[in-house]
Amino acid sequence: MKKTILFLAAALAVSAGLQAADITGVINFKGTAPAEREIAPIKDNPDCAAMYPNGLPSTKFYVVSADGGLADVVVSLKGITGKSTGASADPVVVDQKGCLYSPQILAIQTGQKLVVKNSDTCVHNVHTKPAANPESNQVQMPGGADLTFTFDKPEPFLKFQCDVHPWMFAWVSVFDHPYFSVSDKDGKFTIKNVPAGKYTLEAVHRKLGTQTADIEVTEAGVVQNFTFAPK
Amino acid sequence: MNENCHPKYNGRLFWFATASAIVTFLLIGLGGLVTSHEAGMSVPDWPTSYGYNMFALPIQFWHGGAFFEHTHRLLASAVGFLTTILAVWLWLKDERRWLRWLGVAAFLLVVAQGILGGLRVRLRMDNLGIFHSALAQSFLVLMCAIALFTSRWWLQQTAAAAHGVARGLRSHVLFVTVLIFVQLLIGATMRHQHAGLAISDFPLAHGKIWPDTSPEAVAHYNAERTEMNGENPITGFQVVLQMVHRLGAVIILLGVAAAAPLARKRLGGADGLTKFAWAWLGLLILQVTLGAATIWYKKAADVATAHVMIGALSLVAGSLWWLAATRRTSLTEIANEGQNTVN
Repeated sequence: MKKTILFLAAALAVSAGLQAADITGVINFKGTAPAEREIAPIKDNPDCAAMYPNGLPSTKFYVVSADGGLADVVVSLKGITGKSTGASADPVVVDQKGCLYSPQILAIQTGQKLVVKNSDTCVHNVHTKPAANPESNQVQMPGGADLTFTFDKPEPFLKFQCDVHPWMFAWVSVFDHPYFSVSDKDGKFTIKNVPAGKYTLEAVHRKLGTQTADIEVTEAGVVQNFTFAPK
Repeated sequence: MNENCHPKYNGRLFWFATASAIVTFLLIGLGGLVTSHEAGMSVPDWPTSYGYNMFALPIQFWHGGAFFEHTHRLLASAVGFLTTILAVWLWLKDERRWLRWLGVAAFLLVVAQGILGGLRVRLRMDNLGIFHSALAQSFLVLMCAIALFTSRWWLQQTAAAAHGVARGLRSHVLFVTVLIFVQLLIGATMRHQHAGLAISDFPLAHGKIWPDTSPEAVAHYNAERTEMNGENPITGFQVVLQMVHRLGAVIILLGVAAAAPLARKRLGGADGLTKFAWAWLGLLILQVTLGAATIWYKKAADVATAHVMIGALSLVAGSLWWLAATRRTSLTEIANEGQNTVN
């Protein structure tokens, strides 16, 4: 009987340790966002200008919803390494459409496939400008086959650019664990299936900087919001 | 060489050399446009272009960055062709052995320059662009020098009519010309590190006489940068480098501003070299104005490229002035030696 009680206690302790929950939150923006700029160079390129008969698009550095939610903030757990499940994760897709990357801010795991499409009717070159991973530069003809990229080393905001259309950028943060998220158009984010425990949560906006918060993930999950302001 | 023995002036050779130098100058301008438009990597393959033979790329692909990069490759091929003809022509027709070898040197340089440009694309190394730029400037000076060496002025000037130029003045011009070359290297480094507008205001620098280069300040500059043209985040080093470029411009401008009055004092206002020195000063004033305009107009590609081209012309002007002065001085020394022998 005593052995049975000890076994059950141990099993409970182990299962409690394996409990996983979600981290959710909202990224808020306080203040007035810096003005976006019209991507004027598009008008000099006949292929791309033809895609915008009603006016040129603007930069999307500060995407703020009506409720003050801030999009494109990369939220992740700090200090976790060697936990990548990228090899078995679904590929992430980024498209070249209207001579712009869509989306422009992404996050993937090491070893996870990133598929780059070309939905435009013009040629692009997909030029990666990494800090830790090997650089590459490949041409992608209109209607050409998708290009697939994987990265072995984690790094923040790895830049993808097109030199044919030098206003085209995407930034891909690479993690070697699955505990990250990018805030959506309402500023909301969810990091799923985080093992219970204490962590430092980091939120990074490419222009507005970095914020951190110490959190404890319990069975009930945890909610953590961040508020960014112009520098 | 025997300076008393004048090789025959060959008008066709001179004009061909001059035309080759002019096309080389235009090639530097087109190369400047490639970098100004951040288009160097828009055609990822070399020597093919998008998998096509370079000379057969369908015109539908000559758009955006590819237009600048591809036409740069085509014009570079033309310069290589012209240089090859020039080298063969000099080898076959010019009596001066040193000039024949200078033609060979030009051929080897243009081949090396083409390979360097190709490697910059294939190896995706931004810093190779700095060497590519430096070699381009050196090659332009060499082509202009060859044109000078084949000119009627160089070949038919007589020792009796030549007036020497004091060593001090020649050394001054040579020193300033070397400074211009160093300045062009600094400019090329700034451009090829894609760190344009590391300082976005002028005459102040980030609102100060000397900008703050602390990590916090640099992070603030980067947050304010509106990337629209392939530019990298800047570093404190790049901010300092641009300040060195600005200070270098002041020193060079003062150096050239001193050269012109010095030439007038030593050679007289009517002397060709004095007039040339005033023109050089005019170029430098234009160049400094273009440098400021590059910042005021947010590194607009045409303004930045004009800055590159006038920088190249300033280097050529200093180099040719020094060569011409050295030529005149050597002829004068020969005349003096002859006079001493007679006496």
